[in-house]
Amino acid sequence: MTSSTPAVNPEVLRRRWTGERVWEAISDFWRRFRKNRAAVAGAVVVLAVVWAGVLAPWLAPHDPTEANFFNRFRPPAWMEGGTWEHPLGTDQLGRDILSRIIWGARASLAVGGVVIGFATVVGVAMGLVSGYYGGRLDAAIQRLVDILLSFPYLVLAIGLMGVMGPGFVNMVLALVYKEWVTPCRVVRGEVLAAKNQEYVEAARAVGASDAHIMWREILPNVLSAVVVVATLRVAWVILMEASLSFLGLGVQPPTPAWGSMVASGREYIFQAWWMATFPGLAILVTVLGINLLGEGLRDALDPRLRE
Amino acid sequence: MAGVSPEAARLQAEPAEPLVEVIGLKQHFPVRASFAERLLGRQTRWVRAVDGVDLTIARGETLGLVGESGSGKSTLARSILRLYEPTAGTVRFEGRDVTALPPRELRPLRRKMQIIFQDPFASLNARRTVEQIVGLPLAIQGMPRQEIRRRVLEMLDKVGLSPSHIHRYPHQFSGGQRQRIGIARALVVNPAFVVADEPVSALDVSIQAQIINLLQRLQAELGLTYLFITHDLSVVSYISDRIAVMYLGRIVELAPAGDLFARPLHPYTRALVSAVPRLGKRGGRRERIILEGNPPAPIDPPKGCRFYSRCFLPEKNETCRSVDPPLAEVGGGHRVACHAVAGTL
Repeated sequence: MTSSTPAVNPEVLRRRWTGERVWEAISDFWRRFRKNRAAVAGAVVVLAVVWAGVLAPWLAPHDPTEANFFNRFRPPAWMEGGTWEHPLGTDQLGRDILSRIIWGARASLAVGGVVIGFATVVGVAMGLVSGYYGGRLDAAIQRLVDILLSFPYLVLAIGLMGVMGPGFVNMVLALVYKEWVTPCRVVRGEVLAAKNQEYVEAARAVGASDAHIMWREILPNVLSAVVVVATLRVAWVILMEASLSFLGLGVQPPTPAWGSMVASGREYIFQAWWMATFPGLAILVTVLGINLLGEGLRDALDPRLRE
Repeated sequence: MAGVSPEAARLQAEPAEPLVEVIGLKQHFPVRASFAERLLGRQTRWVRAVDGVDLTIARGETLGLVGESGSGKSTLARSILRLYEPTAGTVRFEGRDVTALPPRELRPLRRKMQIIFQDPFASLNARRTVEQIVGLPLAIQGMPRQEIRRRVLEMLDKVGLSPSHIHRYPHQFSGGQRQRIGIARALVVNPAFVVADEPVSALDVSIQAQIINLLQRLQAELGLTYLFITHDLSVVSYISDRIAVMYLGRIVELAPAGDLFARPLHPYTRALVSAVPRLGKRGGRRERIILEGNPPAPIDPPKGCRFYSRCFLPEKNETCRSVDPPLAEVGGGHRVACHAVAGTL
């Protein structure tokens, strides 16, 4: 074993996290990620939705709030009476549905991203502390989690928004209020499994602090679970945003949101099925894409699955 | 096997400086009663994993610790390193009481007492590179990165790994190589005392010899003191100067390695030694002692001799059942906890 030690270029050993090495790590990750076709498809969908949201003012053919009463309930372009002026038709006020879907991506992505961002940070921190220290602290945190879990999600969000009033910030608060519970539980479970591993004992044996063990030893090992949970929950939160907007509590008209579009389309489902169907499809495709992306990330980020 | 190494002979001849002293160490773990059981008035019960161990390890020696699964070997080692907080008793390291130290003062001492783990898969963090794993003890001391890298490379060379391995992850290595990484991590801080907790039992037999030779070479090079835990008697006889035999949380026999195998006194040790397979006719055909039953549960150990329920000696009697035999010296550094052998019946 020792005799066949290959000679190593001393330059290789001296290098640190230079731009070159970061690039290597990224290309390594990409090599593994792109093998997963479904994940790439998911990434394409997510990127498309993100770009649609960002570039909405330039992409959308019409102003999403511009009403035109002479142009109401126009069907999609390929149907009789449709025009390429409005590829996916118009709604009860004559607004262009494609433009509203493109603008609506902003609301969904903003709520999904912000809620999951806050919820993950809070949940991971609580879960780490809860699982690592155990005892009374753990019991206290987990009973709080139990209480929150026992409320139906939508009912809790509706109740909170009823108290705080509708609007974007209040919607984020209402969703984070319960959303942190999921990463907390997942992380706690993973920490309970990880903290009795010998590598944790080894770190303790060399005098590592609790903070080091939690953040540097255990956290990287639970991160793939966090990534998967976060992506799965983004999809959920987008659905929640849609539900709240559907109920009129979330994004307020005239700002377009997929949920409120489905809600108003519901009334006209027999006259103008496209009003509810296309924003509904947007929700479906986005949620599906995020889920596929999440699973692909998990597989590509796990060093044990490399090669 | 039978010959006592010159090192061991020297250790026996002059009372060597003790590096580690264990006095009356106890490590009990609570078995929590469920809520329903507590309503019925049931108290928390205790597993007495280690129940009163006295042990002295001299500087430079290898003390082998043998015993079956669940006898408390690993728990004893972890209590000595204070990876567990001992229930009672004292551990002295270089004369300092380790059991009473606050965490802040314990940290620098951890550098001098290290551990090599049994499972080379579980003991290395899959998410960290070899450099991060081996360099961790140095990083904790606040050593600059370049210096850490230099020391890690030096250490990898000592344990027979290549410098090109430094950026790899544990899963890219074989079991034997992983164990070398574990050894490098333990030794990078220049410890005086190293616990080797079954360091070869998870490895293929062909690799075991390599790792044992490596451990012996490093001991000679770096002047290490080993507490070598194993359930493999041929391994322990090869590497140890002295051997301690554990049964149900107690040490039942302690003797120089050659002496223990040539003249096992405790009935449990006799059964163990008779089970070691031997090649050829050396020593002739021996009686095979096959113990019956299982060791009692460590929750409620017997009041008298812990081995009473499985003892096959014709001399065993009421004293054995009711009086706990002390670990008594029977000459030549050979100590045994048995009424029949010590003549205290």
